[in-house]
This record gives sequence, C-alpha cells and structure tokens, in this order.
Amino acid sequence: MAVNGDDIWILGIHMTKFGKHPELDTVDLAAEAAMAALADAQVSIKDVGVLAAGNLMAANAGIGQQLQKQIGQTGIPVYNVANACATGATALRTAIMAVKAGETPVGLAVGVEKLAGAGLLGGGGRPKSDDDTWQPKGRYGAVATVDGRIGTETMPGVFAQIGMQYVHEHPYEGAEFELFARISEKNHSHSTLNPLAAYTKKMSLEQIMGDVMIAYPNTRPMCSANCDGAAAAVVVSGEKLRTLSPDQQRRAVRVRASVLTTDPWEEACQVLPNVNTLTRNAAAQAYEQAGVGPEDLDLVELHDCFATAELVHYDNLQLCKPGEAIPFFESGATWRDGQTPVNVSGGLQSKGHPIAATGIANIWEICHHLRGEAGDRQIEGARIGLAHVIGLGSACGVHILEAAA
Amino acid sequence: MSQIPLVDYLVLGDDPHLVANECTACGARFFDRRNACAACSGTDFRQVRVATEGEVQAFTIVSFAAPGVPVPFVASVVDCDGTSVRGNVVNTPADPEHVHLGMKVRLTTVPVGTDSAGTEAVGFGFEPISSSEGGN
Repeated sequence: MAVNGDDIWILGIHMTKFGKHPELDTVDLAAEAAMAALADAQVSIKDVGVLAAGNLMAANAGIGQQLQKQIGQTGIPVYNVANACATGATALRTAIMAVKAGETPVGLAVGVEKLAGAGLLGGGGRPKSDDDTWQPKGRYGAVATVDGRIGTETMPGVFAQIGMQYVHEHPYEGAEFELFARISEKNHSHSTLNPLAAYTKKMSLEQIMGDVMIAYPNTRPMCSANCDGAAAAVVVSGEKLRTLSPDQQRRAVRVRASVLTTDPWEEACQVLPNVNTLTRNAAAQAYEQAGVGPEDLDLVELHDCFATAELVHYDNLQLCKPGEAIPFFESGATWRDGQTPVNVSGGLQSKGHPIAATGIANIWEICHHLRGEAGDRQIEGARIGLAHVIGLGSACGVHILEAAA
Repeated sequence: MSQIPLVDYLVLGDDPHLVANECTACGARFFDRRNACAACSGTDFRQVRVATEGEVQAFTIVSFAAPGVPVPFVASVVDCDGTSVRGNVVNTPADPEHVHLGMKVRLTTVPVGTDSAGTEAVGFGFEPISSSEGGN
C-alpha cells in the first residue's frame, strides 16, 4: 500500500451500543468508546498527542478532562467542543486539523451523550419573570414566550417545515405524509441488521403513519430516537501509519475529505434555519478535496434527524440530479440494495441520536463497511463512503472515507 | 385599555403590520435588534414595512410541544412579497385538510393576555384569505 505522508487516516474507531444505559454515566460511555478505539487502533493513550471531546448537554463540564482522569492524564492538550448535532464531527475535525498541522502524529476524538428519556428538544422558552407586568426582553423585545405563538422552536416542527418547503419548491403529485413515512420505513427496515441500534424493529408504513403525531408530517418513529451512546476515533498521519504494522495499515481508513461549514446568509435563513446551502457547500468542497464524485460513493450515512430531513439531503449531497430527490427516493436508490444505499445503519430514527456521539458514530458505520467488517449488513465491496451531519444554528460536517488496500 | 405588542417588530393600531430592519447597503432584512448586517456587515439600517399578505411556503402542525404551549397549532413560514416571516396560521382548523402549501394568507392580530396593570399583550398570526375575496 502506498501511503502518502500528508494524508490523514482513521486507525481505530468504536461505537458503543446505542440505547438506554442507566447504569453508565457520560464518562463511563466515553471511556468505553475511547479505550475500545485505542485498542482497535493498537495504540495506547500515551501515543495520543491531542484529544478533542464533545458532550453537548454538559458542554461546560469539560468532558475531555473528565475522560482523561479515568483513562490517562498524560498532559496533552484537550479541546472540548460544542457544535449542536455536529459536535462529534467537530471533535473529529479538530483532531484531524491538529494532525494535519503537524502538531502531533496521533489524535483522539470522542463524542458522548446521555439522552435516554430526554423527550422533546427545543421549544419552551424562558420561565416567567417575577414581575407581573409585560416587559420586553431579548433581541425581539418579546413580552412573553414566542414558541407556539410565533411558529415553533421544537426540532420536529422545524425539520418538518424544512421537508415541506422542499415539497413546495418541487411540486409533487403524491401525498407528502406518505412520502416521508416511506423514508422512515426504509430506515427502520435497515436497522433490523444493526445490533448496536437503539431500535431494531421493522415498522410497516401503516404503523409509522398511525403512530403518535409529533409535528405533521413527522410521527414519533419518523423522529430521531433520544438515547445514550458514545463513539471515538483515533486519527494518524500517513507518515505515522507507514511506521505501523501491516495489519494496522490494512484496517486503516483514509480520510479523503474532512469539511466543516456554517450557513452563509440568505433571505429567510434567520426565520427558518437553512440546512441546505451549508450542506451543499460542504458536499462540493468535500468532493473537490477527495477527487471523487457522488457517483463513486458505495454508501452514505446522512443526518436523518427526522424523516423530513433525509429527503432534502439527497439533493444537497448531489446523490440525485438537482431537484429530483423525490423520484430518486421513489426509484428505491437509497435502500440497501439500491444504487446509493443511505443510512444502512438504520439512521438516527432507529439507530438513535445521542447528539455528540452521532458525528463519529456515522464515521464508524462507514469504516465498518470499508473494512469489510459489517457482518449481516455489509455493503459488499464498499470502497468509498460519505458521512454527513447537521447541527442547527448551523454547522455541517462532511467526511469522505476510502478503504485502504 | 392599553396594548403592547408581543414582539417589537409588530406595529399595532388601526393598521397592524410588521416592520423589519433593512440594511441600507444591501437590502437584507432582519426582525431582531442588530449589531451589523449578516449579509454585508453594513451597520446602517432603516425600518421598513413588511407586506401583510403572503403565501405559505412551509408549515407543520405541531401536536406535541413544551408544557404550557397549547396544541395543535400550525407553525409556518410565509413569503410576504419577498420577505419571509415566521408565524402561526390561525382562524382555520389545524389539520392538513385546511392548511396547504402555497395557500394565501394575511396578517391578523391575536390576543396574548392581560397583565396586572391592565395592559393587553397582542401577538400576530396569518389567516387564510378566502378565495371569494381574491387577493385584496
């Protein structure tokens, strides 16, 4: 194998079982993922020169140092990162940047979240003030909570509108509710092959559409599952990889592109978050960096935080012709036996979405296939894959990965 | 009884309407207090009136919300003659038979509540323009 010294490689990676872990705290989960990633890489914490870590729900608690205190206080720099649902991808990108900059040959990225039973995210607003007269507050001079009075701030509602906007802009003769429910049917079907997914139950279209409505057209199984979980990755320079064993070199996965973007200003972007343009920009940069095109991808893990979100990213990631996400999905292309399998892990709707872990867990899924280690759900002969996440606010991470040999 | 708008970009009175802070350099519009323009970094703004009629470009029917938020309600983004506005669709049943993409709506006011000093807070929403009224 020819290894370019300037390239970045994933040497080891791990994802914990996603689901309910009442007996484990965030540090337990982070430690499990980090130690297993180091073991997978066949290196020790003493070899690591930089640690980037994320735990969004306790972003000020310093999860990186808490982790070090359990698995090895080696004195290396820690970057605790928070970037909404893109936190894990941001941690990985931070470690990659440090290695790419030549600061250290080995970096470790960890993302962890305890979210089981968290319920609805977003919405609500501030508590009532002690004063019992209307007082304008904040940047909109609001005298009362605006969530529910001026639109919705709940995540299922925001992403519902994002999907509906796509249907509005790309007229569709069919029924929108059923269209989005069928995306969820695909992902729940895929999850039956993933033993690490939080939910592995196949669901019929009728079951999905008949479940509890959260924010039309998203019913409960069409929303990402709040759960506990962690993921970690060890990254190394090509120069370092050359010095490692043939087995380490064989299982290493090349990072062909690593990109993080934010949303550029556009009309309406501060009214309804625009998750499209920053994903389009990230995808375009990633394809250019990698020197590959969407037609080269053997599988894609994209940010299906809601069924309504998955549809728009087919278009944003150029998996289909511009504007043709709906016929692309209807052709069966994104099922695991289709032209571009999307979310063969089961996606966030069934695998689960422990926020800060998600942006590394999707990389783990891709690596698993590229190494030929994905068992029953292996996409045969997978060579190149893409992982995408969106964090509202917004941040978008796109990584393109390639098998070694 | 005195009134106060739910948000400071709602102007009450005989002719309720929304106002935006428009960047004098590039025309970008914002509803919040600004430090500078997110599009061009300009720092000079003028207040402009936003059209009171528009078209629903995205909506959701929220059935599950934070405690204290009455459901169901229709959250939407309305294209008001080129300016996108976030608001609820009101004065029509909150179901997919009565709300659809592209429907024509107009601004209306919605009572929020009265405080201990007797001041009424007033919010806004968008109500359907019935087809018989045309685009008045």
